[in-house]
Formats: sequence, structure tokens, C-alpha cells
Amino acid sequence: MSDVTHDALDYVPPLEVEEEELYHAKTWLGKYVFCQDAKVIAIQYSLTAIGIGVVALVLSLLMRLQLGFPHEFSIIDPSNYLQFVTMHGMIMVIYLLTALFLGGFGNYLIPLMVGARDMVFPYVNMISYWVYLVAVLVLVASFFVPGGATGAGWTLYPPQAISPGTPGIDGGIILMLVSLALFIIGFTMGGLNYVVTVLQARTRGMSLMRMPLTIWGIFMATVLALLAFPALFVSAIMMLLDKLIGTSFFMPAMISLGEQTSFDGGSPILFQHLFWFFGHPEVYIVALPAFGIVSDVLSVHARKAIFGYRMMVWAIVAIGALSFIVWAHHMYVSGMNPYFGFFFATTTLIIAVPTAIKVYNWVLTLWRGNIKLTVPMIFAIGFIFTFINGGITGLFLGNVTIDLPLSDTYFVIAHFHMVMAVSPVLVVFAAIYHWYPKITGKFMDDTLGQWHFWLTFLGSYAIYLPMHYLGFEGIPRRYFAYGETDFMSASAADLNAAITIAAFVVAFGQLFFFWNLFISYFRGKEAGGNPWEATTLEWQTPHTPPRHGNFDDLPLVYRWAYDYSVPGVEQDYVPQNVSPAEAENLGKGGGEQPT
Amino acid sequence: MSYVLIFLALLMAGLVWWLIKQTINLQPWTASANTEAVRSDGIRSVTRNVPLPRTKVALGVFLAVVTSLFALFVSAYAIRMEYGDWRPMPEPTLLWVNTGILILSSVFLQMAWNAAKAGNLKTVRFGIAGGGALAVGFIIGQVLAWFQLTATGYSISANPANAFFYMITAVHALHMAGGLIALGRTVKRVYGAEEAIPKIQLGVELCAVYWHYLLAIWVILFGFMLNT
Ligand code: HEM
Ligand SMILES: [Cu+2]
Repeated sequence: MSDVTHDALDYVPPLEVEEEELYHAKTWLGKYVFCQDAKVIAIQYSLTAIGIGVVALVLSLLMRLQLGFPHEFSIIDPSNYLQFVTMHGMIMVIYLLTALFLGGFGNYLIPLMVGARDMVFPYVNMISYWVYLVAVLVLVASFFVPGGATGAGWTLYPPQAISPGTPGIDGGIILMLVSLALFIIGFTMGGLNYVVTVLQARTRGMSLMRMPLTIWGIFMATVLALLAFPALFVSAIMMLLDKLIGTSFFMPAMISLGEQTSFDGGSPILFQHLFWFFGHPEVYIVALPAFGIVSDVLSVHARKAIFGYRMMVWAIVAIGALSFIVWAHHMYVSGMNPYFGFFFATTTLIIAVPTAIKVYNWVLTLWRGNIKLTVPMIFAIGFIFTFINGGITGLFLGNVTIDLPLSDTYFVIAHFHMVMAVSPVLVVFAAIYHWYPKITGKFMDDTLGQWHFWLTFLGSYAIYLPMHYLGFEGIPRRYFAYGETDFMSASAADLNAAITIAAFVVAFGQLFFFWNLFISYFRGKEAGGNPWEATTLEWQTPHTPPRHGNFDDLPLVYRWAYDYSVPGVEQDYVPQNVSPAEAENLGKGGGEQPT
Repeated sequence: MSYVLIFLALLMAGLVWWLIKQTINLQPWTASANTEAVRSDGIRSVTRNVPLPRTKVALGVFLAVVTSLFALFVSAYAIRMEYGDWRPMPEPTLLWVNTGILILSSVFLQMAWNAAKAGNLKTVRFGIAGGGALAVGFIIGQVLAWFQLTATGYSISANPANAFFYMITAVHALHMAGGLIALGRTVKRVYGAEEAIPKIQLGVELCAVYWHYLLAIWVILFGFMLNT
């Protein structure tokens, strides 16, 4: 496409953009602790999320030890197992991935990529982080209250979540619900910032359709989260009331430990509706930012425009809108009306269409690209594999008749770990390797990164691929031990042992990452301002790492984020803030290289 | 869940429509020298073609979140009502009085908003302070209604209808209280100001919108409780 539509004489000099007052901290505390700069808040969010994520990882290892070697180790008892399952799932989904993608990457990338100096309400943004931190601390505290953390499963289904027989039905569940409520309040503060910044604070020329897909993904995920989290909030409040004052929102009349409880007539199914009304969009809250980020990483490292940008944007929007009408596919076994199930199976399969479009477009972006197998790139490509894998099993589970026998087996575990655990985590790594040079000014080490990738990628397959098979055998999830059963083949135990070993290999692989993260900060190769030769605005800042306020003069945007290998321009990339006239000189020796 | 679904369907339809309108006829891959040609500064006001203030957009987004919250409460209410043990509870007359107070409070704030547009600072002060005082009265009234009900034996855990009543009114009152904090800051600013500068106009307007919104929510909730 050589007709890059412009007129060389048509150059508009950078205009003065209306300046707003930028907050400047006056005290040490205000500068480093209660900081209102989105970039610092992003780092705070990320470190907290990764810290609590490591806890969840350790919990999963303890569970795996039990499952793989039930006789050799006796570190945890059955109650612990349930508690660890619950905390692992909840932490991973909400406190790690949601917080990291939106609070972490959202805060860092939104202002930089849309060309703003900061979020629109820095003070509220700062509070958002501190509320999140308190939520995390409350969650951690629940391990230490009498009775321990809740063991109700991350879905927290009543009545068992607050009935005797489940671990942690006192302090544990109460603190869990309080922590969730806090998380939601904190998130809403942050979310308002992300949405309004994207809508109202973009720099000149940055039209919606020039935004990088990363921003589209984060934006839509935030919209989903803002609308879906209230469902979790409502269910948390109602369950707290059931637990604390004895209302019967969710609790049916029942006999517990031989005695009639005081509850009467509540509806556990109501809870399931509310929970999954939040729970399914939550999957996309985690997935959409990953979709966006992976699109950008693929495009930059393949030196090629993303294939079908408009289609990608509309797919993100369509997935977001559809994700609110599929929730009951998590409830096929709840005894619902068959027509209801039919409806939800249909919507679930429809949502696969925009998702598949995205996958095709990623692959087509790679097609005949000038692929650079950098560490972020291999993580992004790895994502395509795991996501297709998990997505396809999802199509099966979306059908009522197939789901009924597979529900609550390891097949489900394998499916959702592939699609919403491994895939987004691979993107998290891709993103960290990709943006680390901007955040610190240093590259992360390539060899360590390669080790990290292959151990994580192959190891994850070694963990989750066999689980599909376990699921076919009918092995149920959330079980501490299986004992002697007829339906389990003898090899299942060996398989479980192998999976556990693979899990340890993956965990070991993460040490490469953490070491790399740490050592590169001090000894990493200097990266300069735009090491990947990318077009988006965050790479065009005058300083690396960007200072408070991000830019000297706010950039002017003349083009979309994907001008790679533009015909007629010698340099193989044209940053968004380069005008058509300037672009002609790029790469012609004399032309000034933007740094 | 049908209430949430309707709400969300409308919201999502609006969002999708807006986004499609913004994006359909563009060729994002073309560069253009003229950054001014690209309407890029966000949601614009319908009458004047200028970007809406950020706080205004933020309030809009926040109200969408709150609507989602209340739609979910109402949905849960409607679902739970179908179960056999639901016994409707009486609505004390006090609730009618409270509704009246809330309407009056909204009227005061509307008055303040109008006065702010006209630049009449004195009326702004009167309206906003009066509206705030009435809102405090509303919250006190709600608490009194609770006491009345518990005193007559309609405690929160006696029946799901009662539980929903206490819970929903509490959540509504908390939103009101949150609004009062913002209102308090605006009152302070209004009393410190010499004239009705745009910042004050905006502050008063946002308060008024929020008040009307909470009034609307209350009327819907109250209507719901009356009918069940
Ligand atoms: C090395 C990485 C991981 C390992 C070894 C692992 C392992 C496990 C194990 C053993 C279970 C319990 C299965 C059962 O007994 O039912 C589980 C459950 C779960 N995991 Fe992971 N996991 C990992 C990473 C993740 C990540 C990144 C996520 C984020 C989405 C995640 C989300 C969940 C959820 C939601 C559950 C269900 C919890 C429940 O049943 O209540 N996991 N995982
Ligand atoms: Cu789902």
C-alpha cells in the first residue's frame, strides 16, 4: 500500500496542548509511598500482585505433593487441601491476574500509550492501590484466624460455604468476603480512572481507532469489571448477612449435624446466578487485556501491522458484550430447565466466533512477518498455542450433554488452566519482558529468559495435557485423596506423580524469571529509549524510565500504532508521533532518529 | 436476573452503538498530517461540540456501576420472592415522609443548579445547603423507620422480605452518605467563592445529577417494595 495518504506540505507543527496542573509530591512519603504517579502505583500493584501470586503458587505445589505422592508426604490434611484449593484459585484469578492486568499494566500503560501525563484522578488512583493492599492483607489474615481460611472452593457456594463440615466457616469465610468487598471498592476507584483516562485524556490525534490494542483490551476489560464486580459484591454482602445475622438469602432450610438450622427457604441457586454473572465476565476481564497485549507484542516483534485491526477492535467489543449472557454455562449441573441450558450453550458457542477471529488474526500477523524470536515474542507465540488448546476444550464443555459427565472433573481443571491460567500468565511474562526496558532502562537477560520460557511452556503442557485424560476417566476435582476406586486406572496414580514433578519443574523455572527480574535491574544491558523499535507512544518518551508527567510536550499523533515496514519509508517502523512529512526522511541517514 | 439483563443489554447496546459509530467509517491505517481533523478528545457534549469535563464523564461511569449494583439487588429480590416463605412486610408511613423529604432535597439541588447557571451565588448557597440538610433528614428518617419496624417485630432475619428491605435501604443510604461527603466539599467551596465560576457550576451540577439519580433509584426501590 504505497499510497500513504498524506501531503508532504501538509505538515502541522506541534501545537501547544492545553496543560493541566500536575500533582507534585511535597514529602518523601508522598513521593515514594503514597505516590500519585500512575507509574509508581503500577509498580506497587504489580509487586503486591506478584507477591501474593507466589503464595498461591506455593499452595498449588503443596496440593500437588499431596496428589502426586499421597503416601510419601503428609504435609497437609484434608481440610488444608480444601483451604489451599480455595485460596489458590481466588488469589490467582482476582488478586493476581485481575490486579496485575488492570492495576499493574493498566496504570503503567494507559497514560503512556494514549499520551497523557497521568491518570485523570491521581488521588483516587492512589487510594485504589491502598485499598487493594488492605484487601490482600485481610485475605492473608484469614489463614491465621481460628478455624483457618475458608475451604469452600473459589466459587464459595452456599450452603456449604457457611455450614459445619467445611473448613473456615467462621473467621475464614468472613474475612474472605470482606476482602472481596474491599477489593471491589478499590478496583472501582481504579477502574473509573482507567475508563475516563481512555475516554477523555487522549492526546491530540489519538482517535479511538488509533489506540494500540493493548489499550482496547484493558479498556473493555475495565468496563466489564466495573459492571460485573457488583454481582460479586452483592453476593458477598448477602452471604455475610446470612452468616452474621442469620438471614436466609441463600441458605435453605436444612438439617446440619442432626439439628434443624434456623435458616429457611433461601436459594443456593440464586447465589450461583449472582456468582457466575460475575464469574464468567471475570474470565474475559483477565483475557481481554491479554488479547490486547499479545496483539501488540506479536506486531512489534514480527515487524508487521496487526492483521485486521478493526476486526480486532470489534471482536474485543463483541466479546465484552456477549460475555454477560453466557454465565449459566457454569450451572449446567444445577438442574436447570433444559431450554435454559440450550440458550446458554448457544450463546457460549457464539462467543467463540469473535474469539476465533482474533486467533486467526494473530496467526495471520505472523504470516510472512519478519519474526524476531525475542523472549517476549516466544512467550506471545506460546500463548497462541495454549489459548487455542484451552479454547477448543471450552467449545466441548459449552455443550450441555458433554459438560454433564465432565463437570467437576480434572477435564475442567485442565480446560480452565489452559485458557485462563497458563495463557494469561504467558502474556504477563511476554509483557514484562517487553516493557521491562521501558520501566527500568535495562534489558532482561535473554538466556535466562529462554530457559524460563521453555521450562514454563513445556512444563505447563506436561501438567495440564495429562489432566484431560484424568478427566475422561472421571476423576473428580477438589479431592484430597482418591483411595481405591474401580473407575481409576492404575496408571492414574503414576500420571499424578508425573504431573506433580512437572509442577515443580515449572515452579523451578520461575526462579529464572525472578532472578532475571532482579539481576537485570543492576546488571542488565542498557536498552535505550526504544529498544524494540516500536511505534507506540510509551517508547517515544524523552526519558527512560519516563519521568513524572511522562512527556515534555504532549505528543501529537499522526497515525495508528502499527506502521511497520511502511512502503516508501526506509526505516521499518514509523512511530505514532511522526508526521507524514517527517516520515519520508526516516532512515535516510540524515534524518533524525527518534530515540 | 432479567432486570440486570435488561439494564446491561441497554447499556451494552449503547456502548456498541457508540463505538461502532466512532469506528465504522475510518481507515485507521492511513496517516494524516492534520491532527485536528481527528476528533480525538473523548466524549463530547451534544449541544456544544466540546469535550465533556472529566468529572462529569466519571460520574456517568460511576452511575452505571451503581445502577448495575441496584439492578442486581432488585433481580435477587425478584428471584427470592418466588420462594414460598416470602411474607410481604408493611411499609411504615414514615417511608412516605422520607420520600417526600428526598424529593424536596432534589428540588433544592435543582434550584441550586439553575441558580449556578444563572450566576446567582446566593441562591446556590441556599439551595445546596438546604438540599444537604434535607438529605441528612432523609437518612435519619430511614434509620427511624428501621427502629419502628424492629420494634414491631419485623426484624431483619425474620423473613427474606425484611432482610431485603434492610439491606437495600442501607446500601441506598450509604450511597446517600457518600454523596453528602462530596456535597459537603461543594458547600464549602460555594461558601468560600466570590462568584459562580465554572468550577462551582460543575460541582453543583454533579451533585444535583447524583441527587436526582439517587431519588430515581429510591422511587424504583420503594415502588418495588410497595408492590410486593
Ligand atoms: C504452576 C501453576 C499452577 C498449578 C500447579 C496449579 C494447580 C492447581 C491445583 C492442584 C488445583 C486444585 C485442583 C482440585 O483439587 O480441584 C488448582 C485449582 C485452581 N487453579 Fe490452579 N494451578 C496453577 C496455576 C493457576 C493459575 C495461574 C490460575 C489463574 C487463573 C489458577 C486458577 C485455579 C482455579 C480457579 C482453581 C479452582 C479452585 C477451586 O476449585 O476452587 N491456577 N490449581
Ligand atoms: Cu464461563
